[in-house]
Amino acid sequence: MEYLQSLGHKGLSFFQRLGRGHILLANIVMGLHTLLPRLRLVLIQVFSVGVLSLIIILVSGLFVGMVLGLQGYNTLVDFGAEESLGVVVALSLVRELGPVVSALLFAGRAGSALTAEIGLMKATEQLSAMEMMAVDPVRRVLAPRFVAGVISMPLLAAIFSAVGVLGGYFVGVGLLGVDEGAYWSQMQSSVDLYDDIYNGVIKSIVFGIVVTWIAVFEGQDAIPTSEGVSRATTRTVVHSSLAVLGLDFVLTALMFGD
Amino acid sequence: MTTRITEIWVGLFVAGGMAALFMLAMQVSNLSTYSNEEGYDIEARFEDASGLKVRSPVTMAGVTIGRVKDIVFDDNTLQAVVIMRLDNVHNRLPDGTSASIYTAGLLGEKYVGLEPGSSANECEDMMLEAEMEGREFDPANCQSKPGYLAEGSKIQITQGSMVLEKLIGQFVSKFLTEGDGKAKDNAGDNTGGGTDNTETTKGQKG
Amino acid sequence: MTDASPIVKIRGLSFSRGNRKIFDGVDIDIHRGKVTAIMGPSGTGKTTLLRLIGGQLHPDAGTIHVDTQNVPDLSYRQLYALRKRMGMLFQNGALLTDMNVYDNVAFPLREHTRLNERLIRSLVLMKLEAVGLRGARDLMPSELSGGMSRRVALARAVAMDPMIMMYDEPFTGQDPISMGVVVRLIRTLNDALGLTSIIVSHDIAETAAIADHIYLLSGGKVVAQGSSKELDESDSEWAQQFMKGLPDGPVPFHYPAREFTEDLFDLDNASRGVRP
Repeated sequence: MEYLQSLGHKGLSFFQRLGRGHILLANIVMGLHTLLPRLRLVLIQVFSVGVLSLIIILVSGLFVGMVLGLQGYNTLVDFGAEESLGVVVALSLVRELGPVVSALLFAGRAGSALTAEIGLMKATEQLSAMEMMAVDPVRRVLAPRFVAGVISMPLLAAIFSAVGVLGGYFVGVGLLGVDEGAYWSQMQSSVDLYDDIYNGVIKSIVFGIVVTWIAVFEGQDAIPTSEGVSRATTRTVVHSSLAVLGLDFVLTALMFGD
Repeated sequence: MTTRITEIWVGLFVAGGMAALFMLAMQVSNLSTYSNEEGYDIEARFEDASGLKVRSPVTMAGVTIGRVKDIVFDDNTLQAVVIMRLDNVHNRLPDGTSASIYTAGLLGEKYVGLEPGSSANECEDMMLEAEMEGREFDPANCQSKPGYLAEGSKIQITQGSMVLEKLIGQFVSKFLTEGDGKAKDNAGDNTGGGTDNTETTKGQKG
Repeated sequence: MTDASPIVKIRGLSFSRGNRKIFDGVDIDIHRGKVTAIMGPSGTGKTTLLRLIGGQLHPDAGTIHVDTQNVPDLSYRQLYALRKRMGMLFQNGALLTDMNVYDNVAFPLREHTRLNERLIRSLVLMKLEAVGLRGARDLMPSELSGGMSRRVALARAVAMDPMIMMYDEPFTGQDPISMGVVVRLIRTLNDALGLTSIIVSHDIAETAAIADHIYLLSGGKVVAQGSSKELDESDSEWAQQFMKGLPDGPVPFHYPAREFTEDLFDLDNASRGVRP
């Protein structure tokens, strides 16, 4: 009986949080027009959300591309098809790894930082103080961060994929001796602008929205103590990673499952 | 001062992201091989167009000169009608050109390969005739223009997809019938059945 | 006290958090130009009261009229318009940590006005001068002491020249000198700028020194009110206990529990709290 009760309580609080999250999203979107004359706020956040994530994206993109080049070569060479290395590297990066891995890294780097920052602002009453100064924290603090995340994510994913393709090139062409012309031309003939690149960009925009939304919400919804903020930060990383992987399946099924 | 640096960094970041997107579009994808949408459509009927897709390449002499635009099924002739769009620059293909569906490599994609055939045009015939007879040929005498593929042309000679299973099936049945004959010929030869098997396996590998 | 109508008029206010009733039919009047103190033991919801006046929380019942507008009924737009005329000093200052002192004080001006930077500069320096921190304008909030950040927050709160200033525990955790500074500042700002001040505190001596009128809250109700002199002389047990700081009285020393002897010899539950 007690177990049932706690189950029901958990279910209710889950739906309550879900509702609060969507109300927050609606508030952010409805307040977006107030951001238009103040794009500087977004710019500053693009710096802390996007630019500061660059290093991790560049390094991981390079290594993921290099690993793909190595693994792809070892598999393809058995079939005498190592000319297709470019296709393997580019397709796996553009379709899947670029958007997904960079979204996971983004959640870990920028998402957790956003939650911690907003959570601490709440814990130190900065959000309350803004509200009492008649400045809506949703519009002044949350919305610019949200927009910056949505802008940065596709750019980061594109950088990740591009660097990865170069990494595959270094390993495949530079070290393993795949023909340079074959690497690029096979890639170009198999990767489609709309089917692959365009869909990859759409994926990364969706991931950007979801990850920053979760991060911003968890920050705003954090219990204003140091423990609450640290738990909210953990939740951001866990929830947004799960959301990215789950959504990736759904989006892939929608886009490529013809 | 710090805001200036922030702005520069953000500018670099956005430019880098855009450059990466641009590189993906230009260098990695087939955008660079996209011809401009201008071109002319030709049509070919195949018994079997399996494996062929819209936007599959159309090649001649191994060079892509167009793309498959549409594939439909004709209820009357029970054939696959493949509509191809060829680039405008390649406007001097003889109208006797034949089309076949090939596979790029063993497991690769299907594509349409065009092979030039003699154009069914009187002038060329007359020219050939004249050459053979050692006469002087005056093109001005010839009224009809040479026939080229143009918008709406239909390719007459076609060869549909090779379906691996069909081929193997044919191969196997051929060997089986041959094997039967052999078995009859060499009645009493015990190794007959064994030969059959090895041949079949070879056939499948091929 | 004054014949003018009160600027803040609270009637029948009830508010609860979970199952705990924090306010149960509270009536409070705050008069123009006066310093009114809301006092009471910790946990009586004094801060909550300020949040209710500021519209950050919604009461279960009752009305909160601020300058004739009932706060719980206001729309988003009206509420934000009203808040521009309120200033609030938070317990720890709540300075925006990513800006320096100057930008913090300039923040409400930049958000709400289209003044040019030169005008903003003179306004900010004026406010900082009033709290004696004009020299600290380039420091970041993390470089300030607790008392200093509270003074900066005070400068920021009065930057928009509000009609009401609310102080949340302005005296806690301060050394005697900065406490004295803040006490003097509250009074002088109130009189010089013609504000109405509401102080929430449990520091009797400091509050009593500057408050014109004191409300004593306990158990979700107003248990006593009057000037500090009246409360000192009142025969209410609550007032006596609170004003004199007696350990036991109507506010019990013990958290509600069973009889001590009963608890001590409760052998059934003795294993609880014993390490296995």
